[in-house]
Parts: sequence; C-alpha cells; structure tokens
Amino acid sequence: MIQASGLRKSYGGTVALDGVDLHVRQGEIYGVVGQSGAGKSTLLRCVNLLERPDAGTVTVDGQELTALSGKELNLARRRIGMIHQHFALLSSRTVAGNVAFPLEVMGVPAAERRRRVGELLELVGLGGRGGDRPNQLSGGQKQRVGIARALAGNPSVLLSDEATSALDPATTQSILALLKRLNTELGLTILLITHEMDVIKSVCDSAAIMAGGRVEESGAIADLIRTPGSRLTREIFPLPEPAPAGSVTLTFTGDPRQPVVSEVVRKFDVDLSILGGSIEELTAGPVGRLRVALTGDEAAPALDYLRERGLLVETA
Amino acid sequence: MTWDEMVPLLGEATWQTALMVAWSTLFTVLLGLPLGVALVVFDRGGLRPMPVLKSALGMVVNVGRSLPFIVLMIAIIPFTRLVVGTTIGTAAVVVPLTVGAVPFFARLVETALREVDRDVVQAAQAMGAGRTTIVRKVLLPEALPGIVAGVTVTVVALIGYTAMAGTIGGGGLGDLAVRYGYMRFETEIMIATVVVLVVIVQIMQSLGDLVARRLSHK
Repeated sequence: MIQASGLRKSYGGTVALDGVDLHVRQGEIYGVVGQSGAGKSTLLRCVNLLERPDAGTVTVDGQELTALSGKELNLARRRIGMIHQHFALLSSRTVAGNVAFPLEVMGVPAAERRRRVGELLELVGLGGRGGDRPNQLSGGQKQRVGIARALAGNPSVLLSDEATSALDPATTQSILALLKRLNTELGLTILLITHEMDVIKSVCDSAAIMAGGRVEESGAIADLIRTPGSRLTREIFPLPEPAPAGSVTLTFTGDPRQPVVSEVVRKFDVDLSILGGSIEELTAGPVGRLRVALTGDEAAPALDYLRERGLLVETA
Repeated sequence: MTWDEMVPLLGEATWQTALMVAWSTLFTVLLGLPLGVALVVFDRGGLRPMPVLKSALGMVVNVGRSLPFIVLMIAIIPFTRLVVGTTIGTAAVVVPLTVGAVPFFARLVETALREVDRDVVQAAQAMGAGRTTIVRKVLLPEALPGIVAGVTVTVVALIGYTAMAGTIGGGGLGDLAVRYGYMRFETEIMIATVVVLVVIVQIMQSLGDLVARRLSHK
C-alpha cells in the first residue's frame, strides 16, 4: 500500500534520512519507532510529501507521489489521512467545522457535508459534540476530532504522527483501540510513528526501528520476534543488556503455559535459575522472553531440545 | 469661552476626526491586509517562498514606517493631489493617513499570521488544500482575533496622526487644540479636547478588546 525506496533527505548539513526503504502492506498497522532525531518524523512527512525527499520514490496505493506536484499532488493527498501529535485543529471552527474542512477542500456540497460530518463524529464516539469548540474538549476528544477529520475523504491510508504522545496512558489506550477498530472495520492501512514501545506492542502488525536516519530493522513483528539478535525484541522485553556471560535468553511464542522449562529440568541433568523475564500480549499473540542461567553436564543437549520445541535460544 | 460656544466647536472637530479615522481605517485595512498576507506567504518557508519579492515589500514597508507622519504628509502632497484632486481639507488628509498606516497595519497583520500554529497549516496541506484555500480558510480565520487587535491599535494610532491634520487644513480635534488651546491660550478648550480624545481612545480600545476576545477560542 505504501512503498518507499531509497529515501534521502537532509537539511543543511544534517542528514535526516539516509537511504530508507519502507514497505507497508494493505490493511496492516505499521509502526516506526525510534528516538527523537532518528528521522521517523521526516519519513512520515515524506510519505505524503509534506517534505519532498532529495532522492528516492514514494508510491501510495499504486500512485507514485514523488512524480506529482501542484494540483495533482493535492488531489492525491486527499486519499491519505493524517493525524498529529498536537491535534492541529482549527480553533476558529467548531468540532463539526473542523471535520467539514477537508470536505470543503474537496468541494463536497453543504448538505452532503453535514450528513458526512454527523456520520464521522458518530464513528469516533463524538456524536452530538459537533457544536463544541476544540478548546472545550479533552486531549483524547481532540484527537478523536482529528481522526474524524482525517477519515473525511475516505482515505485508504492513515498517517499518524505521534498521535498519542501528548495523551495520558488511559487515553492513549482508548485512541489506540479506536485506531485498531478502524483498521479492522474499514480495512484502513495505518502507518504510525511513535517513541513509545507500548504503541508498537498493543496495535502494530509490523514495525521498523529507526536510528540515525536509517532503518535498522523492519518486518512483521511475529517474524522479528523469531529473529536472533532482534533489536525490536530487546526493546519490547526490557531485560538487562548486554546479557551476562553464560546466560541464555529464551523467546517463546504461542501458549505461555507450556511447561517447557520444567520439562527441560526433568529430562536433562541441568540446573536452571531464572534471571529475568516477562510475557507480553502482542497483536501476533502472547510472547514470552526468559533469561536463565543453565548449568550442568547436559546443558548443550538441553538447549538443543528447547530449539526443537520451537523456542528461540540465544546464548551470551 | 463659555460652554455654549465650546460644544459646537468640539462637536464639529470630533466629527471631522471620526470621518478621517473611519475612512483611513477602511482603506488601511483594504490595502494593509493583503500586504500583510503577502509578507507571510512570500517569506522563506512561507506558502510560496519568493524571498526577493518579500525583501522588496519589507523594504517599502520599512521606508513607510520610518517617516514621521508630519513629514510623510507634506512629502506626498503631489500623490495626494493625484488621488483626490486636492491637497487641503479632510479628504486630502485621508490619503497620507492611509499611506502612513498601511505599513504599520501590514506589520501587525504579519505578526498575527505568524502566530498561527504551523501544525494547523501543515494539516491543511496534508488534506490537499491549495494555497488560496489555506490563506482564506486557515490563516485569516485563525489569525482573526490578532488582526482585530491590530485594527484597534491602528485606529488609536490614526487618531494620533489626525492631530497633525490641521497642518493641511483637515480640521479635527488636534487642530482645535492647537488653534484654540495653544495659539489663543483657551485652556478650557485644551482640557475639553484632551478629555474627548481620552474617552474616544478608551472606547475604541475596549470595543476592540471585546471583539477580539469574542472571536478567540484558544
């Protein structure tokens, strides 16, 4: 749905994007995570060409945006919704007026506009609040208005620029739940950038980690979890890094109640002590990560057994 | 001078001042608003960056702002004759008043427009809005409270400028104060003029503040 390749962008001497490729599949929620200054914000702005990349191409829904300019680009942008960290609502307009704005831009007639605005506000759970002013709303409600506005043009893609970063944890969860619902119900493809790992954990199907203007790692989260040495896995499961020498880190997917650990101890002549670990509920299902110290004569065959059982075994 | 003599004089002068301020405010807004918009739109990082044009406009504005009003009024007499066909009287004063206030107001408009959240403009661009739409539907409405505040400041400044209108026969309260209060030592007239001016400025400022507050939903 979104295909970016070879994106480069620099401001003066600062390189913001240093050859970035991105592939977002139809209907998925794709999260780009990284610290501030990693280039994720520039990347997002390059997708709808708010920033024009110095090099590289961006294709959204089969249309190469980097080949467009002026009016054609404006038309193409109407098929891409965007929500913002600080909501970016017009304070001079009511809630309904804000949602109507993109419809006015598209030249939708007034009666049709009113009907559509009503529908959209209902969809985001703000039915009946159309007459309010944005400054009368809470942060979460403002973001809902932002989402309704972004959906006005029936976009195939929604870009989210740190949409939950200014919100408290409970509100963040409700906004993420709304995005997830829109993703499932409308088949909306969502590309979001965030610095919060929780966002990646709770809604994303795929992710990319950015640092220094480059993508360090990307792909479906389910696959990344099974990749040895994955940075994403390390970020999701906060265990002390680097792993102490001689320790073993086990990553397991599927039913977290499988008694693999006790099986190993019973089958092999090994002692096992747990150094740390946690289980996270990801969109791909539950994933556990356990750091253990394994000692005894049969340590090596025990690890082979764990591998056979489908666990990812990383030794330090 | 008796009260009965003073009232018609004050009445006429107030009316002349009101006329001069009203007309020049109208023309100032009509000319200064687009100029202020141009200063923002053509700026580096604006909606349509044209740095050379923006610098040229900025220079013209600065020249206009660096001339004291009384100098400007005399200096542009040929231009005034060209526009209204005469160089004396109330109508002739509106021309230099407008020329003097346009650069001032344009800068105030520029400042008000720059206060508009960049995010909001970018959001509109992301929605595929063109430049004209962004100016009409985003920049101007969002900056409206600031623009109204700018109009208020301009009106008060124009009331000040009109004091010099007597020099070219424009009349008004300033002229009254100079001719009677200063040249003829009629202290009562001086005091009355001061009171009327203070009251007018207070009313204008309060009215402007009220409208700006009503329009603001920040």
